[in-house]
Amino acid sequence: MAEDFEPKIVGFLCNWCSYAGADLCGVSRYQYPTNIRVVRVMCSTRISPHMVLRILREGADGVILGGCHIGDCHYISGNYYTERRFEMMEKMIELAGLEPERIRLEWVSASEGERFSKVVSDFVSQIKKLGPSPVRNKPEVAKKLEGAENASKSFRMKALVSKEYNLLTKENVYEEMLDPERLRNLIEQAANDEYERSLILTLTQDKSLSVKDLSKIIDVPTDRVLEHIVALRQKNLIAMEHPDGFTPTYHAIIIGGE
Amino acid sequence: MENDKSNEELRVGVFVCHCGTNIGGFVDVPSVAEYAKTLPGVVFAMDNLYTCAEDGLAAIKNAIKEHKLNRVVVASCTPRTHAPLFQATVEEAGLNKYLFTFVNIREHCSWVHMKEKEKATEKARDLVRMGVARVKLLSPQEEPRIPVEKSALVIGGGVAGMTAAHSLAKMGFPVHLVEKEKELGGFVRNLNNLYVTTKDATETIMPLIEKVKSHPNIKVYLNSKVSNVHGFIGNFDVKIKPNDKDEEVEHKVGSIIVATGAIEYTKEALYGYNVYKNVVTLTEFEIMCKNKTLPKVKNVAFIQCAGSRGQDVSYCSRICCNVAIKNAINIVDNYDNLLGIAEQTGKAVEEVPVEPKAPTEVLERRRRRSSRGRGREDEEVAEEVKRGPGERIEVTIFNRDIMSYGIAHELYFNKAREKRVRFVRYKPDRRPEVIMDGDKLMIKYFHETLAVEREMPVDLVILSTPLIAQPDAEDISRLLKVPCGQDGFFLEAHVKLRPVDFATDGVFVCGTARGPADITESIEQAEAAASRAATPLAAGYVQAEAIMAHVDQEICSGCGTCIDVCPYGAITKNEEGLAEVVAAACKGCGCCGASCPENAISMTNYTDEQLMAEALAALKEAI
Ligand SMILES: Cc1cc2nc3c(=O)[nH]c(=O)nc-3n(C[C@H](O)[C@H](O)[C@H](O)COP(=O)(O)OP(=O)(O)OC[C@H]3O[C@@H](n4cnc5c(N)ncnc54)[C@H](O)[C@@H]3O)c2cc1C
Ligand code: SF4
Ligand code: SF4
Ligand code: FES
Repeated sequence: MAEDFEPKIVGFLCNWCSYAGADLCGVSRYQYPTNIRVVRVMCSTRISPHMVLRILREGADGVILGGCHIGDCHYISGNYYTERRFEMMEKMIELAGLEPERIRLEWVSASEGERFSKVVSDFVSQIKKLGPSPVRNKPEVAKKLEGAENASKSFRMKALVSKEYNLLTKENVYEEMLDPERLRNLIEQAANDEYERSLILTLTQDKSLSVKDLSKIIDVPTDRVLEHIVALRQKNLIAMEHPDGFTPTYHAIIIGGE
Repeated sequence: MENDKSNEELRVGVFVCHCGTNIGGFVDVPSVAEYAKTLPGVVFAMDNLYTCAEDGLAAIKNAIKEHKLNRVVVASCTPRTHAPLFQATVEEAGLNKYLFTFVNIREHCSWVHMKEKEKATEKARDLVRMGVARVKLLSPQEEPRIPVEKSALVIGGGVAGMTAAHSLAKMGFPVHLVEKEKELGGFVRNLNNLYVTTKDATETIMPLIEKVKSHPNIKVYLNSKVSNVHGFIGNFDVKIKPNDKDEEVEHKVGSIIVATGAIEYTKEALYGYNVYKNVVTLTEFEIMCKNKTLPKVKNVAFIQCAGSRGQDVSYCSRICCNVAIKNAINIVDNYDNLLGIAEQTGKAVEEVPVEPKAPTEVLERRRRRSSRGRGREDEEVAEEVKRGPGERIEVTIFNRDIMSYGIAHELYFNKAREKRVRFVRYKPDRRPEVIMDGDKLMIKYFHETLAVEREMPVDLVILSTPLIAQPDAEDISRLLKVPCGQDGFFLEAHVKLRPVDFATDGVFVCGTARGPADITESIEQAEAAASRAATPLAAGYVQAEAIMAHVDQEICSGCGTCIDVCPYGAITKNEEGLAEVVAAACKGCGCCGASCPENAISMTNYTDEQLMAEALAALKEAI
């Protein structure tokens, strides 16, 4: 860890509580380190996981999200979703091999000026301890983060995470509530699948790879890689080739336009 | 209009503010402005001593004209207070206000990094670069105008609800007034008299009830509740359901006022409540007065702040000091009358408002009170004390401090003292105790001034318990999507600046539904809420902020996730089963955007692209 390492930290603060808390912090002259750069959003619920993953991929050492305390969101329930999405982000970051401590979610009210300075100071020193983001000198981490980013944008992940709150709090059409444990497992499993599949697609974009190659790079048993490939082929997302006549290799089908 | 940015050359102007020395003292402002000039797209940058002052604003307008700016960045204080001013300024210079970006280098920079000018300056440069990255991607927006239904719904038929309804009706708007009980009047129906007058409480508000009932613009629904609310400012669909029937009536209204009032707090065994006979709450006492079911007594004690101010609830219920004083005076003046004994004379309850005394008299009274020779002599002075046929009734008010706020009420308090009502203070760590000594009800207390433990016999203990939120406030909160605060009362949009608005547009609150208030205050709030509610009705349209969701129907698969997550029910399915945003209802929170599994939703003025450009500019020099 470099002694004079000055982390680059991006913050997203909701307009109504945490941004206002940061304002009050300024008005009351509580000091904190200069490392944070704040982007204002209307509500913490605006922040999609893929945005945070992208920022990390581009080299940020840490990302902090600020919202209103649970129950105080200006838009009633926005921060419940933020909480769910944040869990997903942590999971994805971990899968990509980055420390989940590089992101943080904090509730800061408009009256917690002093607390805002403490939160930032604390996060900065936490990131200093972790050291510079490995993304800067390890391109494979960036690739993995790209996989995570795409996974977090996938239909399955977004639908599951968005519905989690309602599934857990509102009765479904059969008038029963879902068992939170089971839902957690479901999401966990989906996150793993989607991450691995996205990573396969990301890795095979530039060059064709065999099941064995892929298994080695993403550190997943060959049978599981094959399973993913079958699923991806069904969706017409990956194509098979036989360059040397024997071992099949795969490459992602890039759909132009987007 | 939205697309004209693509072929138009970007001409960004950046204005960096010194804010006197507030920013200038801790950030090298001129160097930040110089730096801004080097950013691609920036054609003009300057620093100002005070950008928000007359000449600072003029400088922005001149530069827009002179340098043909089509994007403006101001780096100064916080958008939370100053954005409207600068937006109006660029608009005056002919630029759409959505082509402006605010960069906060005061609250978020100079004031929090006061000892590291160099690093603070570097941060200010980064923040300006982020703002420029954002502003270049903005496009002009039109704020949508939405027509409104010119009628209102008022929930709650107490003093506040009736006042608001009548006020709106007088302005010519049809009003639906929904009351869950069988009668109008609300809490006042429980009360004996209202302070500062001695007339029967229900009689006092009878004219209001009559006016409401007979007004052609008001439709009263008694014994009914609101069962469903959908929609948004100007266009609410509401359903009203009688408590005993299943058939609902439906109406469209433009504004909604919540005036559901409050109830009185009680707790088993609080100062012997419900354990000993003759320990009652203020309301129970007033009901006993009305029904003439009071016991014969010699010693009466009030205990103020019973259950409030940190004991059970945190807040001060505000009205109870005055209510206790009112009742103490009633007891001293008229107890026999209250009992029904002296009813035949009828005279004793004439309206005798407190007369403001001449200042000299007040001074005189103060002098007398502060002089040592109190006691017997004083009693002679209090000539107004009416003795009953038997003995005089002793009234003691145990209090932490008396909050007889306002002009009339302080005089009222003085009047009680003149009538020899005893005020005994207690501290929250040494509260009085209500105990039973054999068959005698007693109060044990610590006399603050004399610093001794004392006991006194009492025949009636009246507890001044606080007003608390309606038990079903949560239902209304869910129905109307408006928040309740920690104490369960409805929470206004801004405690100082928007006291009768909810954050949800088109919904307003007044009376004790908002927190403890007396009738005067409830009426003031009701009149305010009525005029706020009338604003969109009178205008005939509402203008929404252009921060909202937009569904790309080419991409939407109709999965309905966005409909599930939107806290305002602002998304509906169209005939093709695809999602459609109702502009007037959308508040622009962005939840649907972050949720849509097809990534079909973008937020105007806060697109993914704009946010990412801003965030990534924090990391990189090149944009
Ligand atoms: C003991 C006591 C003594 C007081 N003495 C005085 C006094 O002397 N002078 C004075 O100025 N003030 C006094 N007050 C205060 C006074 O009672 C209140 O200020 C006043 O009642 C507030 O009026 P409101 O319309 O806001 O609420 P309320 O009077 O409580 O009316 C609310 C109405 O809404 C109805 N409602 C509730 N929920 C629903 C629903 N979901 N749907 C439909 N309808 C609903 C209720 O049935 C009720 O009719 C006293 C209060 C107490 C407790
Ligand atoms: S969440 Fe997205 S795809 Fe689903 S209905 Fe809404 S806009 Fe359409
Ligand atoms: S931005 Fe928020 S309020 Fe608007 S439609 Fe989406 S979820 Fe609803
Ligand atoms: S507005 Fe702050 S979290 Fe929603």
